[in-house]
Amino acid sequence: MTQQNRISGGQIDRSRTLRFTFDGVAYAGHPGDTLASALLANGVRLMGRSFKYHRPRGPLSAGSEEPNALVELRAGARQEPNTRATVAELFDGLEARSQNRWPSLAFDALAINDRLNTFFTAGFYYKTFMWPASFWEKVYEPIIRRAAGLGSLSRQEDPDSYDKGFLHCDLIVIGAGPAGLMAALAAGRAGARVILADEDFRPGGRLNAETLTVGGKPGAEWAAEAAAELSAMPNVRIMLRTTVIGAFDHGIYGAVERVSDHLPVPPEGKPRQTLWRIYARRALLAGGATERPIAFENNDRPGIMLAGAMRTYANRYAVRVGESCAIFTNNDDGLRTATDLQAKGVDVVAVIDARSEGALLPGIRHLKGADVIDADGRLGLRSITIRHAGGRTETVPVTALGVSGGWNPNVNIASHHRARPVWNEGIQAFVPGEGGPPGLSAAGAAAGVMSTHGALTSGQQAAMAALGDLGIRASAGTVPDAEDAPVSITPKWYVNSGKGRAWIDPQNDVTVKDIKLAHKENFTSVEHMKRYTTLGMATDQGKTGNVLGLAIMAGLTGQTIPETGTTVYRPPYTPVAMGALAGRSRGKEFKPFRLTPSHKWAEEQGAVFVEVGMWLRTQWLPKPGETHWRQSVDREVLATRKSVGICDVTTLGKIDIQGTDAGAFLDRVYCNTFSTLAVGRCRYGLMLREDGMVFDDGTTARMGENEYVMTTTTANAVTVFRHLEYCRQVLWPEMDVQLISTTEAWAQFSVAGPNARRLLQKVVDQDISDAAFPYMAAGSITIGGLRARLFRISFSGELAYEIAVPTRYGDALIRRLVEEGREFDAVVYGTEALGVMRVEKGHVAGNELNGQSTALNMGLGKMVSKKKDSIGMVLSQREGMNDPDGYRLVGVKPVDPTATLTAGSHFLEIGAAPVIANDGGWLTSKVHSPHLGCDIALGYLKAGDQKIGRRMRAVNLLAGTETEVEIVSPHFFDPEGERLRG
Amino acid sequence: MIIHHPILGPRDSQEFVYLGDASLMNRPDGLTAGIEAFHDYLYNRDNPAGEHRELWYHEQGDRSWLVVTRNTVTHEIVRVELARDVAKAAGRTK
Amino acid sequence: MRYSGLRVVVEALTGHRGWKPVWRDPAPQSHYDFVIVGGGGHGLATAYYLAKEFGKSRIAVLEKGYLGGGNVGRNTTIIRSNYLLDGNEPFYEFSLKLWEGLEQDFNYNAMVSQRGIINLIHTDAQRDAFTRRGNAMIMNGADAELLDREQVRAMYPWLNFDNARFPIKGALMQRRGGTVRHDAVAWGYARGADMRGVDLIQNCEVTGMRIENGRIVGVETTRGFIGAGKVGVAVAGSSSKVMAHAGMRLPIESHVLQAFVSEGLKPFIDGVMTFGAGHFYVSQSDKGGLVFGGDIDGYNSYAQRGNLPVIEDVAEGGMALMPAIGRARLLRTWGGIMDMSMDGSPIIDRTPVDGLYFNGGWCYGGFKATPASGWCFAHLLARDEPHVTARAYRFDRFLKGLMIDEKGQGATPNLH
Repeated sequence: MTQQNRISGGQIDRSRTLRFTFDGVAYAGHPGDTLASALLANGVRLMGRSFKYHRPRGPLSAGSEEPNALVELRAGARQEPNTRATVAELFDGLEARSQNRWPSLAFDALAINDRLNTFFTAGFYYKTFMWPASFWEKVYEPIIRRAAGLGSLSRQEDPDSYDKGFLHCDLIVIGAGPAGLMAALAAGRAGARVILADEDFRPGGRLNAETLTVGGKPGAEWAAEAAAELSAMPNVRIMLRTTVIGAFDHGIYGAVERVSDHLPVPPEGKPRQTLWRIYARRALLAGGATERPIAFENNDRPGIMLAGAMRTYANRYAVRVGESCAIFTNNDDGLRTATDLQAKGVDVVAVIDARSEGALLPGIRHLKGADVIDADGRLGLRSITIRHAGGRTETVPVTALGVSGGWNPNVNIASHHRARPVWNEGIQAFVPGEGGPPGLSAAGAAAGVMSTHGALTSGQQAAMAALGDLGIRASAGTVPDAEDAPVSITPKWYVNSGKGRAWIDPQNDVTVKDIKLAHKENFTSVEHMKRYTTLGMATDQGKTGNVLGLAIMAGLTGQTIPETGTTVYRPPYTPVAMGALAGRSRGKEFKPFRLTPSHKWAEEQGAVFVEVGMWLRTQWLPKPGETHWRQSVDREVLATRKSVGICDVTTLGKIDIQGTDAGAFLDRVYCNTFSTLAVGRCRYGLMLREDGMVFDDGTTARMGENEYVMTTTTANAVTVFRHLEYCRQVLWPEMDVQLISTTEAWAQFSVAGPNARRLLQKVVDQDISDAAFPYMAAGSITIGGLRARLFRISFSGELAYEIAVPTRYGDALIRRLVEEGREFDAVVYGTEALGVMRVEKGHVAGNELNGQSTALNMGLGKMVSKKKDSIGMVLSQREGMNDPDGYRLVGVKPVDPTATLTAGSHFLEIGAAPVIANDGGWLTSKVHSPHLGCDIALGYLKAGDQKIGRRMRAVNLLAGTETEVEIVSPHFFDPEGERLRG
Repeated sequence: MIIHHPILGPRDSQEFVYLGDASLMNRPDGLTAGIEAFHDYLYNRDNPAGEHRELWYHEQGDRSWLVVTRNTVTHEIVRVELARDVAKAAGRTK
Repeated sequence: MRYSGLRVVVEALTGHRGWKPVWRDPAPQSHYDFVIVGGGGHGLATAYYLAKEFGKSRIAVLEKGYLGGGNVGRNTTIIRSNYLLDGNEPFYEFSLKLWEGLEQDFNYNAMVSQRGIINLIHTDAQRDAFTRRGNAMIMNGADAELLDREQVRAMYPWLNFDNARFPIKGALMQRRGGTVRHDAVAWGYARGADMRGVDLIQNCEVTGMRIENGRIVGVETTRGFIGAGKVGVAVAGSSSKVMAHAGMRLPIESHVLQAFVSEGLKPFIDGVMTFGAGHFYVSQSDKGGLVFGGDIDGYNSYAQRGNLPVIEDVAEGGMALMPAIGRARLLRTWGGIMDMSMDGSPIIDRTPVDGLYFNGGWCYGGFKATPASGWCFAHLLARDEPHVTARAYRFDRFLKGLMIDEKGQGATPNLH
């Protein structure tokens, strides 16, 4: 197709032609175009459908405030719903489709909603669809859900990458229009570190859209020169295609840079977008203003747009929206569109000026005191109806209408800390109010300074003020000459005419009637109006419609506009791709992996790994021929109990505790006593939270008079260390105690089983006979001269040791142990076998240490010493935590040894109904014990200590299964502990 | 947010872990105080809308516990101290 | 005025001339039998049930801003009764049953939609814990199912099953869980209360309490003194501020929770999903927006706005779970003040001041509790004894060691 609406001039590169398709039809445009400008150049005004009524729509704007021209951009996994055609840069091969229509954009079956609009008023759905009750989910809602929504996701993984970055500056300037450029020049010339960010791909802001001059040059040329000067400054960073999305605390600004969205695919190694966190000492909001329309009947016809946008299309993109245009305005800025279009040779049929006063434009049919009261042309504007000052109406054929109701400063960022903007009577708009983000000021149109010269001046002044705050010396340069016209506006919000609908929020189909209905039903506060009518909740967040809506509500209630107030402005300024916010944290890279020292070795053996917090641990190590995990785990358990097994336990938290008060410190953080522990010995410790619940457990060794080594559970390694630092620094700073986490510093292996000593004796340099190194001994040893630590502790119930070497020797040690263990048929076992053996032995672990259990629940109540103060000691004595019939840890065995148990099953007495009143507790951990040849479990059972030997049922209602069980001691294996002392 | 660490200078609050009201420093003595005193200490809070002294831990840093005085309405931080210094100044010395 | 499909049609055909204000704007009277402080979901529900179920009259609701402007108007709209502990589950199941009949009860379509909620399972230990929970739910009369990995895949094949840091191993599902149109809950209760003569007084902030001889006699407000027989406070994040007027310190901290909504999308997620490994939960509204959230920001705040780290953290969780949402856009974030209690569970109780009652500590689970909270608070106000499902929600549970700590985190409100 030809670009029949392309006119002269503009900032497009006519030397190159870009091919693109919209709904499968091929078109051509030029570099510098947006998708919207290129479509308009090709005579395409219809670009979308509205949300509720599926009304045909064309672009309302030429910027990021666009509510109508939303498309699905790209195809396949890169399909991108709801992309605003007005900001999508054209590239060769661009593919776009209209959305929210079926079967086609020109014929949309759901446009039936528009015919039925009288039923679909604001909030109608709250009053119906209630009968019969079951029909909501089954009938009404599915229909509504299918009809709702805008564009579609591909449901495939986003193939592009995203990045995050951090920047620091003295001054961030948000917006590179005249105010922002001038501010950046002033600050940059003074040597300040400046970031100048603009959402557009071309600096200059409105200067690119106007025929105005700055310093005697075309505004766009001045802007380009200013940007060039700034680019040459090493202390200034210009960030185009970068939207500042929000002002956060303490001068932190979020910004999204669209690095590759203007390209067919991101270049190799480049992200699609980058989220920047910008730390700024001062900030200047120079984000300009957004034009607002005037509502009148059928003001949503494709071809009707904001007058300033029409000017942008003409001046910047060299596009006329239609062959014949009209302008409807209540302010002087609208007149500029008429004169600019006429200068471009576009036929301006009439200027309908709502104001009665003022001079007439020369050479144009300028109608004073007139209104546009209707528009015709379902798929594209054909005519408008004008009501003249005297009341006479006239229908005029036009294909484009520019509407201006005034300009709203973009106060969003200044209001992100919930500061309420204040009403400026002179420009009939809200400007930034007090209480905005500290360190942020506003300049130019964002501050309500609407002339070019005013913007340049206020930008420079605001920068000077910010620099002054920072103690950076700067001298004010001269402000270039530019127009300095005052704002002339007479408020006009909507044209009261017939019974038709006049749109305020075109995407969500909120009309003046809806506002009136909201008023009638007393949804009169702005928040109620917004929520009831959905005004401003569309993808454009009401950038063009909100002020209109609240002004109309103000008119209905008799309040002033500032009394009516605004809703709250919240980030992001424009919608942000989820991918950009997530950055690289996705897929396997969602969180880092922590690998154990034996990981490489285990990988070589074909180990199966399991996620344990951030760690990957060996779950089991299958041998050739083993087809089921149980075969491997049973083998690992039996071999360990028969001879010897090796397990990487590096993930347990390790904390070195040193100082003259180390023992006294441990007495306070553990509920049992450690100061009396002999040097060279270790002890099981139980740590409570201050509320008396069990926090963590582990074994702590006394390595020297003033030196202890604590171990924690894997899960609590970080939180226990944090807690100990809290105790040390905050609660008892008078104690002489120092801490360091050595979890990563030591590779630690458990060596367990009857042959554990024989195996280890081959490796270590010292005598570790029972006499020399008895049960619960601990000490520093050497392995071929290498410093190491040895603890004779057992989680498995076997004769067992834990041996630690500096982490970098961990891989060597596992290989050595495996090698030396061959003569004993040593196995390496994983977390499953570890779990089996600890349940057989009745040790608590994560499932029992659930943060909801007391020492008493675990059968460890006697460990809580009352003779000394320790964290949690006092509150553990509360009556509710000492119920004699409360939960107690028990062992569970199926009566039929072939029956299976399920962790999470609940205890019920034989014959008791499965209701909560009969609930006896639950099975916490279940394993299959190859030693006992049946499933066994631990559980918390009410008054469990009184029920040993009793038969109950373990019921899993989720699976509809139950098993008769015997309640037994949790110590299934070697209850006397003879083996571990062996 | 940015926390001006007394030793390390300005740091993003993301490096820290938050605990809560700095009144948690004033732990009763478990050998003399009873359940009621501990109950009030552990569970009840002023929870002011305004200036709030609170404990932050520099977990991704030097492991200092800090007392940060911050406004809960504006998030403005007016003072940052080492908790150890605050505790010692309050009499927690040998 | 009774709402119905027929009424909508008749009004549509007669120019919508007959619609009436959904509530009046009465001037406050000098004295009420019951003054409810807080015109959010819980306060409005309390007034509604006081009038409707307990036959009380002379009731006022005092709201400092606009009705429904608190957390009922800024949440992720999820309803469920998938709690574990005895103190909680009967209450939330009572609430879910009230949700199921709510629209017919108050004649307002709040779009109660039981499209199901799943909690994803990533580890064996999580499966054990969810099995325990699911059984407790069923024993309390609620519904629960345990899904395996393939059942989850059949529901949502586009979740990250094959390249996940934390693999999906199954889910706990409650089919009766779902979502509700949050604003409509506030408006439905407000309308129902107003119709029964309750005075809903907006822009009326309580600035003090008049207490004589240990008994409350009324409240000072920005619209003057209002006498009261009984005063019930249900002000969520402002709990500590309001109860300070009675000299009380609470086991509550106020924290900011951010919530998020994407641009409108064609149907993508049918039900509600939680991703514990990534601190992320999501559903899709009837309008098409993905509604999602994660952890609270973690520091005390009354600012009703949050910061970037949590926004990024939530997006990371979302992308880790659903790699297809990279090209969906976040439309809006907002922040509400959560009354985070010391064990993560609420309080509905008398206070040491005669005639003064408190309802709060809902953490970020208050929305789903709205009907039962209102009912139980009305029960307490009307009869001076706790409702059977809310007996555990006492102030003194902390003194007695009877915490209701679903997450097992202890007295650290920001971790509940």
